[in-house]
Amino acid sequence: METSFALTGKGYVIVAADTTAARSIVKMKDDQDKIKELGSHLLMAYSGEPGPSNAYIIMPTQPTDPLLSFYSGDTIQFAEYVERNIRLYQIRHLYPLRPSAAASWIRRSLAVSLRSRNAFTVNLLIGGYDLADHKPTLYWIDYLGTVVEVPFAAHGYGSYFALSLLDRYHNPDATLEEGLATLKRCINEVSKRLVVSPDRYKVKVVDKDGVREVEL
Amino acid sequence: MSALEYNGGSVIAMVGKDCVAIASDLRLGTQALGISSNFQRVFPMTDRLYVGLPGLGTDVTTLYERFRYRVNMYTIKEEREINPETFAHMVSSTLYQHRFGPYFIEPVVAGLSKSPTGALKPFIAAMDLIGCINFAKDFVVAGTASSKLYGVAEGLWEPDLEPEDLFETISQTLLNAVDRDAFSGWGAVVHVITKDRVISRTLKARMD
Repeated sequence: METSFALTGKGYVIVAADTTAARSIVKMKDDQDKIKELGSHLLMAYSGEPGPSNAYIIMPTQPTDPLLSFYSGDTIQFAEYVERNIRLYQIRHLYPLRPSAAASWIRRSLAVSLRSRNAFTVNLLIGGYDLADHKPTLYWIDYLGTVVEVPFAAHGYGSYFALSLLDRYHNPDATLEEGLATLKRCINEVSKRLVVSPDRYKVKVVDKDGVREVEL
Repeated sequence: MSALEYNGGSVIAMVGKDCVAIASDLRLGTQALGISSNFQRVFPMTDRLYVGLPGLGTDVTTLYERFRYRVNMYTIKEEREINPETFAHMVSSTLYQHRFGPYFIEPVVAGLSKSPTGALKPFIAAMDLIGCINFAKDFVVAGTASSKLYGVAEGLWEPDLEPEDLFETISQTLLNAVDRDAFSGWGAVVHVITKDRVISRTLKARMD
């Protein structure tokens, strides 16, 4: 089942998401990147509610990879919509949205969508490094449009195990190595205790130098 | 489970002698799972007017942004600050406009209203999710711990409390009520509005 984690540390945010693309009980793909790079210093992990979605009823644009169309469509649809709009803002204004502003805009999109006929069922973790005040920021957003700034966050069934671990081991002043060690604890616990645990994760970090992928 | 109880959270407001207080917990969860212990649901609208928005988390943010916008527009057009009574009716009509697809919020308004003579009078009000206003003279409660808040407030509140005593009363009422509610708690914030300043304090609460 889909799981994503994120935690802040001294000058960085780590965002991790599993890489499985599943439809019902069938695993379609195990190298799906579910963390979008929205800008030079902004990451967004997206995951959708399992089960059927409205994606196969309304699919305005077909994803290029045919396998992707089996992946719960509206999560990707929404992520690409966000990605393009954040990019458009940067092109128009010559500077990017700050993480807090980006989170507000994304939240509003979800809140508007919630009261429409076909709402997006997408849960997000927005990790960013604010170049204006030099602070790493993390936003937890659910499909209802609830947004809250948090020191660490998780979505999916993994959150039931990871959040209590993070309560115990999270340190806002931890180095990147210590942060990644805490993330490994979470991943190991989920692998150990969750029946339908994902086996691979993609991990990305954002800090003052921008976004990059790291190997665990 | 009701959408009003999905994220948890509670708000209370009390009247004192020439002052009012509004307080809230800081928890945001998804049902029984706690997500944040720093979710603000009480917001300043003017220097002497606060609004508390307990209920569905997404609507807390949406309504706060909506009210902030409308209060700003009012201040610009009227060239004066909005009165608590006027604001309460604005909140009420906003909610009733969504009568058949409501925002899942039960707002609490607390402030000092200016009479034509210039004297300041305490004002509190609470509403249900479709905007039915309860103008109370003593205290108002809302949120998942509202039933517990009623009991403690009924026992602790007394008329004409000075700001520091009102602070103590509202703090103890909130803290003890949310300890009996699984969906509220995880920290608390109190604002005491007096004629010359607002005293805002974050309380140390049980974190279980």
